[in-house]
Order: sequence, then C-alpha cells, then structure tokens
Amino acid sequence: MSLRTLDAVIVESPVFKDLPHDQLELIAGCAQNAVFDPGDRLFREGDQSDTFFLIRHGIVALDTYVPNRGQLTIDTVGPGEIVGWSWLVPPYRWHFTGRAVEQVRAVQFDGACLRGKCDDDTALGYALLTRFAQMLVDRLQATRIQLMDVYGDRHD
Amino acid sequence: MATVTTEPTAVLRGSMTPLPYRVVRKRRENHDNWTLELEPVADAIDPIAPGQFTMLYAFGVGEVPISTSGDLETAGTTLVHTIRAVGAVTKALCAAGAGDVLGVRGPFGNTWPIEAAHGRDLVLVGGGVGLPPLRPAIYHALAHRAHFGKIVVLYGGRTPEDLLFRKELARWRSRLDTAVEVSVDSAGPDWSGNVGVVTKLIPGAPFDPDDAVAFVVGPEIMMRFTAHALIDRGLPPERIWISMERTMRCGVGLCGHCQLGPTLICRDGPVYRWDELEPLLGVPEL
Amino acid sequence: MPSKGTSEPAVLAAEDFDALLDALRDEGYRVVGPTVRDGAIVYAELGSASALPAGWTDEQAPASYRLARRNDEALFGYAVGPHSWKQELLPPRVKLWQASRNGTLAVEEEPIASEPTAFVGVRPCELAAIAIQDTVFLGGRFQDRDYAARRSDVFIVAVDCGDPSSLCFCTSVAGGPGARDGFDLALTELLDGGHRFLVRAGSPSGEALLAKLPVTPTTATDVEASCEVVARAARDMDGRFDSTDVHDVLLRNLEADRWDEVAARCLGCGNCTLVCPTCFCTHVEDASALDGSTAERTRVWDTCFSLQYAEMHGGNTRPTTRARYRQWLTHKLATWEDQFGSLGCVGCGRCIAWCPVGIDIREEVRAIRAEEEQHELAHA
Repeated sequence: MSLRTLDAVIVESPVFKDLPHDQLELIAGCAQNAVFDPGDRLFREGDQSDTFFLIRHGIVALDTYVPNRGQLTIDTVGPGEIVGWSWLVPPYRWHFTGRAVEQVRAVQFDGACLRGKCDDDTALGYALLTRFAQMLVDRLQATRIQLMDVYGDRHD
Repeated sequence: MATVTTEPTAVLRGSMTPLPYRVVRKRRENHDNWTLELEPVADAIDPIAPGQFTMLYAFGVGEVPISTSGDLETAGTTLVHTIRAVGAVTKALCAAGAGDVLGVRGPFGNTWPIEAAHGRDLVLVGGGVGLPPLRPAIYHALAHRAHFGKIVVLYGGRTPEDLLFRKELARWRSRLDTAVEVSVDSAGPDWSGNVGVVTKLIPGAPFDPDDAVAFVVGPEIMMRFTAHALIDRGLPPERIWISMERTMRCGVGLCGHCQLGPTLICRDGPVYRWDELEPLLGVPEL
Repeated sequence: MPSKGTSEPAVLAAEDFDALLDALRDEGYRVVGPTVRDGAIVYAELGSASALPAGWTDEQAPASYRLARRNDEALFGYAVGPHSWKQELLPPRVKLWQASRNGTLAVEEEPIASEPTAFVGVRPCELAAIAIQDTVFLGGRFQDRDYAARRSDVFIVAVDCGDPSSLCFCTSVAGGPGARDGFDLALTELLDGGHRFLVRAGSPSGEALLAKLPVTPTTATDVEASCEVVARAARDMDGRFDSTDVHDVLLRNLEADRWDEVAARCLGCGNCTLVCPTCFCTHVEDASALDGSTAERTRVWDTCFSLQYAEMHGGNTRPTTRARYRQWLTHKLATWEDQFGSLGCVGCGRCIAWCPVGIDIREEVRAIRAEEEQHELAHA
C-alpha cells in the first residue's frame, strides 16, 4: 500500500474534485490523518461539531438511541464518502453518533479552521457549500426512500 | 363459418382447475416468510422457468400468484415457492405443513431474459420479498458461470432480521466470482453491514454499465428508484428488466384483473423491460 | 346491401315465424329470444312466436329506457334491451369445480351445463360483441373451457336493425346495422307490402335449416326494401360518435380534467359493465363447506368499478372512482385494441341508457378531445 499525500487523497473525493489548486491547498491545510479501531466513536450525538471526515478505508455507522428499540443504525458511510456536515451550519452539533464498524482510516478535517478560511475567502466558502449541498441532496433523497418503509407491512 | 366449431381446449383439464401438490419440506425464512417445497401427487404442471409463477390454492380459502424461487437446474418436478404471510390465502399457505396438499395451476407468465445477459455483466437487485423471484435466475447464472461476465447481487431489506436467504447470500459471495452486497434500512448494534437504501449500493457495484443487464424486483417504488439509479450509473433503460405485480384472479388472461393500461400482467408479464413499462408506472392509479 | 350469405335468400311470411322456431326446436335447440318482461325487452326462452315483442319499440336516452307501442306489429321493432348474449355464453355464476380433501386434494370439474341453444334476434352489434368475446376467450394461449363448450353449440339467427335507438352508434365502431357474418341465418324485417322477412343463410347449418322453412323466392322489391331498411338505419346513426384515433386520444389524455368531472357524477355502480355485451371481467369465489371437508370454486361476473377489483395485499391500485371510470372507458375504447386487436365497444348504447346518472361515453370522448384541443390552443 503506497503512502499518498493528503492532497492526492482529498482531490479524489467527489466533494473536492476539480477545485482550483489554491483552494485545495487551503483545505489540505486543515486536514490530518486519523485511524479508529472497531467500536471507536468518531463523534457523539449532541457534541460540538468542528470536524468532518473523508473515509479512506472502513465503514462508519451512524447511530442513535431510540427508546423501546435501543441503539439503531440508520446509515453507514464507506470509503470515498464524507461523514459530517453539522460543522457547516449552526448550532454546529452532531446529530448522530459515528461508530467505526471495522478499522477506519480517514482524513479528518478541522471544521472550525475551515469555517474561518471560508469567512476570509468567500469563493472557497461558496465552492464548499455548493458541493456539500449536492451531497446533502443525495442523502436527503436516499433518506426519504428509507422513510417510505417500502418493505413494510400492508398499509391501510 | 357462422357458429364457432372450435373444440374445447385439447387439454382435458380446464385452465382453472388446480393439480394436487404435497408439501414435502417447509422452512421458515424470517418472521413472516416461509419456503414451501411441493411435489406433484399425480400429474405435474409443465416445467417452470425463472420469472414465471404459479397460482397456489389453499383449500377453501383461495389462490394467489407466487413466483417460482427454486433452483430450477436441479428441482425436477419439485416446486419451490417462498411466500410472505400477509393475507388470508398466504397465511393459510404458510400454515400448511409437510404432508399437506395444496393446489397448483401454472406455470404462467413470461421468463427472465437470461440469454440477453450472455457475455455481459448480470446485475440482480432485489428489495424485500423481491429476492425470491430472482433466485432462480441467480442459480441459473451461477450454474452456467462462464456465460456471464461479472455477476452482482444487490439486496435491500428493512432490517437484518427481515433478510431472506442469508446463508445463500453468504455462500454466493464466498464463491469469489460473485459480488454480493446487502443493505438494510435500519439495524441494531449487531449488524456490521451496510445501512441505507439499496440504491446506495449501485454507484460502487462492480459492473460495467456499458455491457451489463439488470433484473430488478421489489416493491414498485423500489424498482423505480433502482432503475433510476442504474440509469444514472449509465445502464441503458432497454437493459433493465423488472417483475410486475397486480391483482390476479385467473392467471390466464381471462378475468381482466391484472390489466395495467394496455398490458395484461399474467399474459405479457410479469417480466417487463423498464423503458416499455415506465410510461405506465408514471400514471398514478392507472 | 345486407350480405348475401351462402345461398339464395328467401322470404318468410311473418305469420310463419313459428315454423322457424319449431324447426330450431326439432333440431334440438333450446330457443332464446326477445320478449317483454318487467317493462323491458329481455332475452328469455321462447315458447312460441307469440312471446316475441310484436308491436313494441324502445325509447332510449341517457339514464332512460321506456317501452312504447308501435303502430304496426313488427316483431323486432326495437333496438336492444338490458340483456345481451353474454348471459348465455358467459353466465353470471358458473361453478367450475368442487374439491374434497382426505389426505389429498381431489378436484372434480363441474360438467358444463349447456344445451344446444338458438339465439334468435341477434343484432349486428351483438354479432360483433360475440366475435369480440370469442377473441378474448378462445383466441389466447388459454381458452375458457366453459365458454368454448357453450359457444360451439349455438345457432345464431341474426336480425338486421331497422330501428336504432337515439343512443346507437354501431356504424362508428363495429360495423352494422346489417348483419354481415357470424350468423347461421340472418333476417331483415319488412313491413310494407306484407309483413315478411328476407332470410339469408350464413353457414351450412343455416342453409340446412332454411331448406326446412316454408319460404318463397325473393323479388327485386324484397331485396331493395331490405337494403333500404339497413341503409336508413345507418343514416340515422350518422355522425353520432367520432371514433377517429379514439385509442390515441384517450391514451394521450389520461390526466385530463374531464376524468374528475365524470368521476363527480359516476356512482361506481357498475351498471354499464353489467349491460355491456363485451365486458367480460370475472372473479372466482373459493368457498368451503362449514365442516371444511369440501370446497368449491365458482366463477362470477365482476366489475372494474368495484372497490375490491384492484385490491392487492399492499393496498388498492385504483382507490378512486376517477381511476376506475378511467380504467373502464380507456379499456373499452383504447387498450382493448392493444390487448385483443379491436375496440371493445360495439356502439349499442346500453351503458348510456342504463347508467343511473346518464353518463354518455360519446360525450365523454368528445369532451376529452375538446379539452385537448383547448389545451393546445392555449399553448400554441
């Protein structure tokens, strides 16, 4: 397995692809590698959200606790996908708990740092927001389908 | 010629008369799905092919159309049906035990166009109880592995407990020449697989959209979203096939119930090409 | 000019009509034909020609059917009543089989309870309807055993139409009002210059029967008069329904506002499907004896207007009246063609007369065409 620079990894992600080089550098400046063991919590529901992750390897489950049903996983995120958008919008709090299902290697981004850079460089801010918006639209659509509970019992 | 002198059909038995079949094996698949293996008491129906269905009769209760879900390469005259107990008839069928006799009419309907996938990648996407009608096609493809490129099975269910044929899914995956991915809408902490809609599995699935054929079965809305996701991936609509369901009473094109616009599902289907059916599915309450 | 049939036509005096019915009975046929009952002209077993509706006609309008006296004694001086021949060929309730279980499932098919039957007074629109149902029940991969048996034992005496009702529009959809084929004998009733029938045979059985009747040769006047009866009837129906492209027009406008409008009037009663000579939907009733030892299956008439018609385990695919009315009309005048190769409507007008609120399918199609045109003009 070859060692690759963070830049190379970031630029491959659909969210950051085709960004101009100088913006990529700004983003990479807020990034570092992270590794999680199976069962580790990347983030906890309700905590302050100042980070997000680009998964390189492994699966992260998004969990929440539902009374009478227990801990429920409502989504899983895998390699190449981004986990975390709560850092972008106030009140900057995680909506779910992120749990490493297996060993996870990820690029961890400092959201607070990136927010600051977006304030200074609005072009960067706009570029990031439009790309995250696309990702959110896709997630929302998928979630709506899940909500329909199409495999469920007869609806009267 | 004024009066029609057609003789009644050459078969001695009317098309509405069931043949007796005995339950020889019964297996519970999940909390409301059972697989029944049936053998003819005397005469057998004509050989059934992947995609077709029979009308299964529960004594005194009624009949329902159920797709064949067995390994037709090895089944002989044994019929294999996986049934979800949702109504009076299916509950009665699922309550039958080994030794009980049910009625069978069939085989009816058309078949999966497996030859269309020869030399190509074959993608089979099942949602919920949509996996049983795909299973015979999967068995056939795996028994003739060399005829196909990649074989990809994608399966979506409500929760891990609802998934059907888990052992087989694992077995198919363990063959190493078959990709199997499963996703559930929600799961508890014991599940370490994918969670989310089955369409999420499509962008990363290992097939070449330029040279693949897809068979999709599940609730109508799942088939719609899956077809869209496959098309987004680059698969042309003419290479996507779905299996349709509608109210059926006779299964032989004589009672009118299974009409969907210009087509009779028992006669022209249940397998349809996506681009041909999509305009009809787009009209609410057609 | 009504079709000639296979041998020379002949003339049967009206007073000799019983000879025809007797000859049919001698051949072993049970004779069914029109008779007045409960204020309508219905089809029932005929004892003799005196049971025919002599001197009666029908006055029909949307939601209205009345009998009225004619000023002559025409035997077939009406259009069509609420009955059609499907009650003979596709009876409303037919037991298919019964079964018992004692370790196995023993199914005993019910013997088909049909006798050779002569249909007397079959209108050309009804010949078309029978041909349409023949395609449905005999023309597919699976034939209907019961229909085939009943159908093979039928002798058809058609009668050309001389008095179409105001609701008739057979010339726009099904041919008629003169019988062309599909009959054993066809009659044209003539009243002027002596009450008589021009009789022509359309099959070997018809010829054989014709040979037994006390007929006389036709004259040029007879032939001319019978042509005029049919021609005049056809003229009366001119322009009643525009069937141009009706298949495509309906299928292009499945979301027209008109469907909401008609749905507000439609009661979903299904009368139209009951009286329609081509409607063929059935469902099966499976029942068991109270002690569970025997079970039986019965085929019964069904209607696409019933709420249960499109019920599935997941719900109902046509829960609204709008959807069900649209299903019926588009099936009859559009998708029937895709399924069976012809329109399903023969222009008999029964659905219009017997609809309690008088929905007129000719008007519905016209309104949908008009809505489409308006829409196109607005967006031109």
